[in-house]
Amino acid sequence: MSEQSLPRRLWQFFLGTPARRFAYVSILLAIVASIAPVKDLFSEWRRYQRQYLRMIAQRPDAARLQHRFQGGIQQIWIPEQHVVDRCPTCHVAMQESNLSEWRTQPFRPHPQMPHSLTEFGCVMCHNGQGAATTVQEAHYSTKAWEQPILPGRYLESSCGQCHMDPLEGTPQLNLGRRLLARYGCAHCHAITQPDGTLIKPIDEPPSLEHVAEKTSREWIFAWLKNPQAYAVSSTMPNFHFNDQEAADISNFLFAQSTASENSRMPASLSVPLPSETVAASDGPGLYGALFCASCHATQNSRGNLMGGELAPEITRVGSKVKPDWLRRWLRAPQGYDPKTRMPRYRYDDKQVALLAAFLLSKKDDDFLANVHLGHSDPESVARGKKLTSDYGCAACHRINGVTPPEGFAPDLSRVGSKPLFQVGFLRGMPETLPDYISGKIRDPRAFGPALKMPSFMLTDQQVEGLTTALLAQTDRAVTMPPELVRSTPHAQYHPGGDAGRLMEDLRCQSCHTINGNGGDMAPDLSMEGSAVQRAWLLDFMKNPDTLRPALIRRMPKFNLSAAEIQNLSDYILTAYQGAGFDSEALDRGALNVEAAARGRELFYSKYACQACHIADYKKDKGYVGPALADVGDRLSAVWIYKWLKNPAALVPGTTMPNPRLSEPEARDLTAFLVTLKARKKGAGQ
Amino acid sequence: MKFALLTCASAALLLSGCADRSKVKPPLAAKAYGTQIVEQSGGKQTTSVGAKLSDPVVVQVNGSDGNAVVGARVTFRGDGVAFTPAQVLTDDSGQASTIAQLGTIPGGYTIVAETPKSGGGSSSVSVRETALGYQEKVGKQVSDKYCIMCHDPESTTERVSNFDNLAPPQPHLFSDGSVLNSISDADLTRIIADGGTALGKSPQTPAYRGTLTPAEIKAVVAYIRAIADPPFQHP
Repeated sequence: MSEQSLPRRLWQFFLGTPARRFAYVSILLAIVASIAPVKDLFSEWRRYQRQYLRMIAQRPDAARLQHRFQGGIQQIWIPEQHVVDRCPTCHVAMQESNLSEWRTQPFRPHPQMPHSLTEFGCVMCHNGQGAATTVQEAHYSTKAWEQPILPGRYLESSCGQCHMDPLEGTPQLNLGRRLLARYGCAHCHAITQPDGTLIKPIDEPPSLEHVAEKTSREWIFAWLKNPQAYAVSSTMPNFHFNDQEAADISNFLFAQSTASENSRMPASLSVPLPSETVAASDGPGLYGALFCASCHATQNSRGNLMGGELAPEITRVGSKVKPDWLRRWLRAPQGYDPKTRMPRYRYDDKQVALLAAFLLSKKDDDFLANVHLGHSDPESVARGKKLTSDYGCAACHRINGVTPPEGFAPDLSRVGSKPLFQVGFLRGMPETLPDYISGKIRDPRAFGPALKMPSFMLTDQQVEGLTTALLAQTDRAVTMPPELVRSTPHAQYHPGGDAGRLMEDLRCQSCHTINGNGGDMAPDLSMEGSAVQRAWLLDFMKNPDTLRPALIRRMPKFNLSAAEIQNLSDYILTAYQGAGFDSEALDRGALNVEAAARGRELFYSKYACQACHIADYKKDKGYVGPALADVGDRLSAVWIYKWLKNPAALVPGTTMPNPRLSEPEARDLTAFLVTLKARKKGAGQ
Repeated sequence: MKFALLTCASAALLLSGCADRSKVKPPLAAKAYGTQIVEQSGGKQTTSVGAKLSDPVVVQVNGSDGNAVVGARVTFRGDGVAFTPAQVLTDDSGQASTIAQLGTIPGGYTIVAETPKSGGGSSSVSVRETALGYQEKVGKQVSDKYCIMCHDPESTTERVSNFDNLAPPQPHLFSDGSVLNSISDADLTRIIADGGTALGKSPQTPAYRGTLTPAEIKAVVAYIRAIADPPFQHP
């Protein structure tokens, strides 16, 4: 008997006879066929579901939870939204608010939110792969799926896919959207929002068509080198020009500059310029009294900015502007730049002289100390012109001879869905879209020395806000059905006629919104004619001061003529009327002495209105709402009554809570308030 | 024999590939040792879930003589908190600072800063930070708009506090856990909705039932609970 080799013996044992062959092949097939079901039996989601059942078994409300539990693959399916989200398969307790103390995933219940889970599913807000049933595939990028879970700190971006107006729950998104407009991103990048409108920049960069009238070549040079060294709050970015480039551009800007309409105005004034000592003592007082700081900020000695952000910071304005230009500008800003937001104040010669002297004294000699430019020559001007068009300066500023470029920078309307294979990541940076976008905003030139995007001086919080706003620009947002998009359409109202021209001259809508168009710094005037009394309005136009002493930004004084005040007041009182303010809305007979006494009791005791308002300067101190000591002179009785009934109906978003007064209470309080008149202090006692 | 050895060797080689070396970081070598660690700044901050705190957490290491120690190793740790950097040597003024990124779950986070002592053992200090989720953020927005001008005695450049203008009893800071923690959710909701008089308190707190939605009121309560100091314990 010959010795058989091992393979041969094995072959004989398993497949030696047809019966054995059949048996073993059958077993093998059975094993292969059972791989898939067995794998499914040991899948992650079954493990989580079993773990969940064990976790709820010990609880007192186990029976209820077990009853609500549904095993197997669970999915949220919304065909019209293309949503197939299987997240509830593992996140089984998502809707169990009783388990809110559970903090470990995947069992944490979903926190309270404004939408129901079955309305939009999960992926609409969180990204990730909805149809996947493993942790890895659902949450992270794979070769076939590039949208990983959105990090929690950018989650607000998802709200921005439908909601255009600022929401209470999305401060970061609101900030980012505001910055996109304020930092002028939208000058170069087209950003179409889900409602189909483009983001509109609100920074209003100045026209450079007459820049030689305003400042020096040296200042432009130093400014280009480092805008924030001149004004910390400036939104002008740093282009990292070298000395030669900065000199070429300032030479070109000077060469292209033409004479403005203002240049024909005499620069000399009928009163002599005040001496420096006078300016030093009276200038700051006048600056404060005219409320320049409502719009312009200055840096104080501790480096804090004091004042508004509607207009340029003027900490070092004396190092920038030419005295003649400044005096002409203070008289007629629109003669230099027809599109400026600055009103034309009717300052008299003395005011112009004092203000100009004060502003010119706000100098920083260090700013221009080391700037020495050679003579300008045609080659330098030509180089400057080329740089100006290469870097897209005209996308923001008006410059003679340079046409504003169209589509200068990439369209960002869908940047939140940018495929990762198109992204050039930096070495060592996490390869995710949020990291790419925030990195690009923080230091654009790090992504390539030839890139033109300048650096913006932004805080971490601002970068996170901008990243959130850009992440909202997804494919999904652009193709969102219009009925899901929430936005308030922007109105283009401008007042007409003589009064309209006057209001344009005063730039009322830089601060006030009227009929849906205008700024948000000052009250909406759309119903002002129903609110105020004629005599008060005439007086207020003369001296627009003490209405809200606690406010830091207030209405400046325009020095209007009596005719202008008449004209403006008549227009406001007739054109800006609300509905339902006729005399029938309130029975004037009910406003008698007894009612006023009852109203006084309500004011001081039941509703403690004096916590926020002053009815009597001698004893009340509340400074949240406007002082009411002369409200009987200021507001119409019908307005007061309707306001007390529902403040938000007249001024949406007001901080005044609705006191939910009964009908008689509202009448009594109105009766008390109309007795509060400046001439009769302490009336109603 | 040879075969077994070969198998063992290749198995060892294969297994070594599974080791994750990326997370092993050698500890910084301390150049000096202190005896005590104290908080300098950066405690009690509030941010969104998953976001970095706006100010760094700064601690100082002191020696037995009470003077700052330069070059002492400080390690920061906290459940769910990420630090850049997690380990740092104290600088010339004896201070170590780190940027903390809080976790994705709303609520309080405790950050512990620890420094080894020369004779063994260690000294540590802990600070608390708060992460606001969606609901708490809504609450903060509502509070900033309607409540804070009376409930916060501090004025800012944008807002003059009305705190001192009020007649006694004066309002409580929303973070004042020593008082507000003892008021139940239901009672807080009633005060916000129906005013101070609903619980026999000052009428200077107006009723917000006609102004805020129930969800907004719930959000304010959640915010008050989130920033409570000492922390609020759910009953």
